[in-house]
Amino acid sequence: MDAQAYDKPLPEPDLDSKPFWDGLNNHKLMLQHCGGCGRIRHYPRPVCDSCYSMDVDWVEASGEGALHSWTITHHAFLHGFKKDLPLLLATVDLAEGVRMNCQLKGVDPADLNIGLAVRVAYEAATEEVTLPVFVAAQ
Amino acid sequence: MSELTGKGAITGIGETDYSKRSGKSVIALQMEASLKAIEDAGLSPKDIDGVLPYATAGGVAEDFITNFGIEDLRFSATTPLGGASCVAGIQSAVMAVATGVANHVLIAIGRNGASGARVGARVQQMPQFRTIGEFEMPLGAIAPPQLYAPMARRHMELYGTTSRQLGEIAVTVRNHARLNEKSLMTKPMTIDDHQASRMISDPLRLFDCCLESDGGAAFVISSTERAKDMPRPPIRVLGVAEGHPDSPSAITQRDDMTTLGTAKAAPKAFQMAGVGPADIDVAEIYDCFTYIVMCQLEDLGFCKKGEGGSFVEGGRIGLGGDLPINTHGGLLSQAHIVGLNHVVELTKQLRGDGGKAQVEGAEVGLVTGYGDMGDGAVAILAR
Repeated sequence: MDAQAYDKPLPEPDLDSKPFWDGLNNHKLMLQHCGGCGRIRHYPRPVCDSCYSMDVDWVEASGEGALHSWTITHHAFLHGFKKDLPLLLATVDLAEGVRMNCQLKGVDPADLNIGLAVRVAYEAATEEVTLPVFVAAQ
Repeated sequence: MSELTGKGAITGIGETDYSKRSGKSVIALQMEASLKAIEDAGLSPKDIDGVLPYATAGGVAEDFITNFGIEDLRFSATTPLGGASCVAGIQSAVMAVATGVANHVLIAIGRNGASGARVGARVQQMPQFRTIGEFEMPLGAIAPPQLYAPMARRHMELYGTTSRQLGEIAVTVRNHARLNEKSLMTKPMTIDDHQASRMISDPLRLFDCCLESDGGAAFVISSTERAKDMPRPPIRVLGVAEGHPDSPSAITQRDDMTTLGTAKAAPKAFQMAGVGPADIDVAEIYDCFTYIVMCQLEDLGFCKKGEGGSFVEGGRIGLGGDLPINTHGGLLSQAHIVGLNHVVELTKQLRGDGGKAQVEGAEVGLVTGYGDMGDGAVAILAR
């Protein structure tokens, strides 16, 4: 895809978050794992708020999760999203105990309920950036 | 109670015209409102020796020194809590006047929220949105209604809250706006009108969302001791506190997304004031969205978590009800002056200057601020 034609915001990964975005490019959902106490945390950040260790490694998540809440957006707050409306944004409890906010695709709004099983999929936004999406778990 | 209880008082208030196109700069709006508040307090601009400018709109203490010729500004600070900034600022101002660091602290806000950059463009430039800027905005979660809608949806799923109950808040606040000469929205609204308004981000409809407005407002805080010699009846700050929610930078990661920072601020403010929710005669609740009003009423302890929907029914929050709220029309129907218009209105109510919306016998009132995805501030004032 022509990067210049892409008209939505793109992430600007920093040193703390780059492994997350690199993982998505390889179709892997990577989460921070505390080297001190073993807690999984998200979004990426430098310090564990449980044991204060700055030692971190990255683990691949299962990609499985359950719907925590959602909204269906009918108004484009930025022009680039106009063609995507209505836009279903889902907040999902991942099996690893953290949450993610993604678009949920291919689900009938009538089927939405707390706990609905979903899984992560991957969509290339540009040559450099892959974005996560949720789809119904099969 | 605390050693700061009642030590500071609001001694002056000021507002510019509210509009959708001010034709004035943000700094000019702050100065115009400030000059009115200073005059109301019976002071000269040079008497202001403390200032809390609204940093989010680019105001800095230097502007006040330059425009007012202040010779010795002794105290300046910013309280960057988005829509909770000016109520949280009351805490800093009271600390300053109670300790003698400053005599008269000015808190001002001016903005061109309608004619300037709109919220979709604005939030992307704010440092407090950095986290969601990286992880959620690329996915389409751009603006506050989208960020807050999942809170409301989860509240509905867990507690059976309905859109019509949110409509009760919109209609009540509109009814109050119709009594206020500064209100931008004065057309009558019914629950059916609310239900017919277009969906913005489900479950939030257009009439669940606040206005975007141009205008400025300001107030002066002085020590209560000094206020006795000033022209207006001092409106004492009995209690004030701020609260930051868990996961303040991302609602997505918050353990309980139906609870705001308000839940941490409220017990501290009530304890400092030495009063409880039952003692509040009138409340001005930050109303960026109807759902946020309902959630704050729960977090403030006016009802239990999950009971906000039924609490707002039956006229309880209207004039003549047990807890009249947003007697000026709020951000939903008067104007969006980042909640500083709420502080101005509560001061008027407690002075007995509430006009057609005056709550009879109002002696103790509460005002909240809310912003930046969950920060809350609560102040309890009394005449």
